[in-house]
Amino acid sequence: MERRDFLKHLCWVISSGGIMSGLTADAWAAILNKDYDTTKHYYGMGIDIDKCIGCGRCMQACKTENAVPAAPFYFRTWVERYVIKTDRTVSVNTLNMESVAKPDVLPEKEVLRSFFVPKLCNQCDHPPCVQVCPVGATFKTDDGVILVDSKRCIGCRYCIQACPYGARYLHPETRVADKCTFCYHRLVKGLLPVCVEVCPQQARVFGDMKSIASPLGRFTRMNKIHVLKPSLNTDPKVYYANLDGEVN
Amino acid sequence: MEAAQNLMELSRQVVGFIYPNEIDIQWSILIVVYPYITGLVAGAFILASLVKVFNVKELQPTYRLAMLTALAFMLIAPLPLQLHLGRPERSYEMFMTPNLTSAMAMFGFVYLWYLMLVLLLEIYFEYRRDMIVWSSESTGPKRWLLKLLSLFSTDISEKAVAFDKKTVKVITIIGIPSAFLLHGYVGFIFGSIKANPWWSSVMMPVVFLFSAIVSGIAMVMLLYMIIKPLLGGKIDMKCLDKVASFLFYAVIVDFSIEVLDFIHRLYESEESIKILSQLVETKLFISLVVLQILMGMLLPLLVMAIIKIFKLQEEVRKLLYFVCGLLIQLGIFSTRWNVVIGGQLFSKSFRGLTTYKMEMMGIEGFLVALVLLIVPFVILAILIKLLPPWKKEELASN
Repeated sequence: MERRDFLKHLCWVISSGGIMSGLTADAWAAILNKDYDTTKHYYGMGIDIDKCIGCGRCMQACKTENAVPAAPFYFRTWVERYVIKTDRTVSVNTLNMESVAKPDVLPEKEVLRSFFVPKLCNQCDHPPCVQVCPVGATFKTDDGVILVDSKRCIGCRYCIQACPYGARYLHPETRVADKCTFCYHRLVKGLLPVCVEVCPQQARVFGDMKSIASPLGRFTRMNKIHVLKPSLNTDPKVYYANLDGEVN
Repeated sequence: MEAAQNLMELSRQVVGFIYPNEIDIQWSILIVVYPYITGLVAGAFILASLVKVFNVKELQPTYRLAMLTALAFMLIAPLPLQLHLGRPERSYEMFMTPNLTSAMAMFGFVYLWYLMLVLLLEIYFEYRRDMIVWSSESTGPKRWLLKLLSLFSTDISEKAVAFDKKTVKVITIIGIPSAFLLHGYVGFIFGSIKANPWWSSVMMPVVFLFSAIVSGIAMVMLLYMIIKPLLGGKIDMKCLDKVASFLFYAVIVDFSIEVLDFIHRLYESEESIKILSQLVETKLFISLVVLQILMGMLLPLLVMAIIKIFKLQEEVRKLLYFVCGLLIQLGIFSTRWNVVIGGQLFSKSFRGLTTYKMEMMGIEGFLVALVLLIVPFVILAILIKLLPPWKKEELASN
């Protein structure tokens, strides 16, 4: 083989790796719905802390919809209960994990303020999980959602380490990384993520960031917005209204 | 079901609040073993390079042993990673569709570069002449094995041997930055995780590198003290003193860098400082303060300083060097433990600590880790049998 040919082949091998990783997003969407155009949307979620009553329906619905293991450890979405006491100490626990950690029940006098914080994958615009995945199994779709190709993931768990929000876990049966997809399988059919759908308080608002008139557009216009751990420069696309400074 | 039960038990030991998904410790004892092993490879190679590149003549008796040690550990290095994967059958994806922004994706390439282009090539040229001579002296399968290993070359003319020597030197020069790359890269895997304040530090690759040099030199020193007498040779005290001397300086540098990192964190006192202090004071107290710092660093430093100041007798020196070597191995293994396991014991919410319960029998358990740490010595024994690090005359003359 001539040197020129060898170099040509080498370039081909290297670039095909890149192309194959790049293809995943479209391949994913195409499988789900042929009429769906990924470039026409850019999704985000709004969460109004003051509206959440901690009923935990979103957690239940998510587990059912997405076949998340029933054990009280694996969550694509969960709700944290914050109690800030009069002595300024903070007590936090996760809803529906009472079997493993009893929440503090305090007399009213000792409570300064308390609230619930729904959590899920922040679908970061600069996702550290995508950056570190060695095989490109975790990727960002054109419509801004971070997905895991469960057929390519090797289960190295680097993405779980890299996620600042604890939003990922290793699925105990499939042995690959799993996380919130904004219910992508529903999005491509024009449906809402199931946690948004079941919330009795409309504490979760879902929408297209490309449209100013979408519920999310309105939510971000009408509220002061904060995101989790902004100093890490991950650019989350889950926007919180009325978020307390104690939350991280 | 059993796994869920275990997690249930673990969750009762959680202190404070952790994100629910954090109950599972993702990187287990195998990932502690991995940087420990690659550290030994890099460190042993750096010791060998002192002979070839920096012409430290006293160290010559350790050169071949250091190279074989590096190779023996290098051959095992990918195993802990492979065994720890959730889907080990897909590991080839790292080569097929590497994600170029991922530090981990570079593993295969860095590994192959180091194994093939540095270790194997250097050992080949170092031993080529001897392999030809030995194969002509032996009979049966060994003769053919040596012939095969020498790639059926037959030229032992002065010109060819001079070429070998020159090549070894060139490879070693390429090898030094490669060894830095191999282990610095492992440090980068941890140091580049901004989500984890225990890991995220620009110092991480440097700390990894110097601790690697420390562990590699100490390991070769220990092996030299055990193997040479076993083969009927005598320990060359000049050589041993020199190795120990380099070890002493390497520990000082390593210690200084770690102290700098520690002071820097404490002084900057960022958001995570409370939880990290709690981590060090409780979960990591034994492994970090006692094993890593006191027993694995300060005590050997003290002992080696005493040896340097008071000119102790040969036998006492040998004994103390040996004890220092063992303590340092313990210390560096604890260092790896404290980085890998320690970094996963606190919640990224900075509000709580979790616990790691090591399995005994499972694929990511204690026994597998132990086997992975023993196998390199078996490989080394075979390598030494096949490619003796010291010639007969050398063993006899002492």
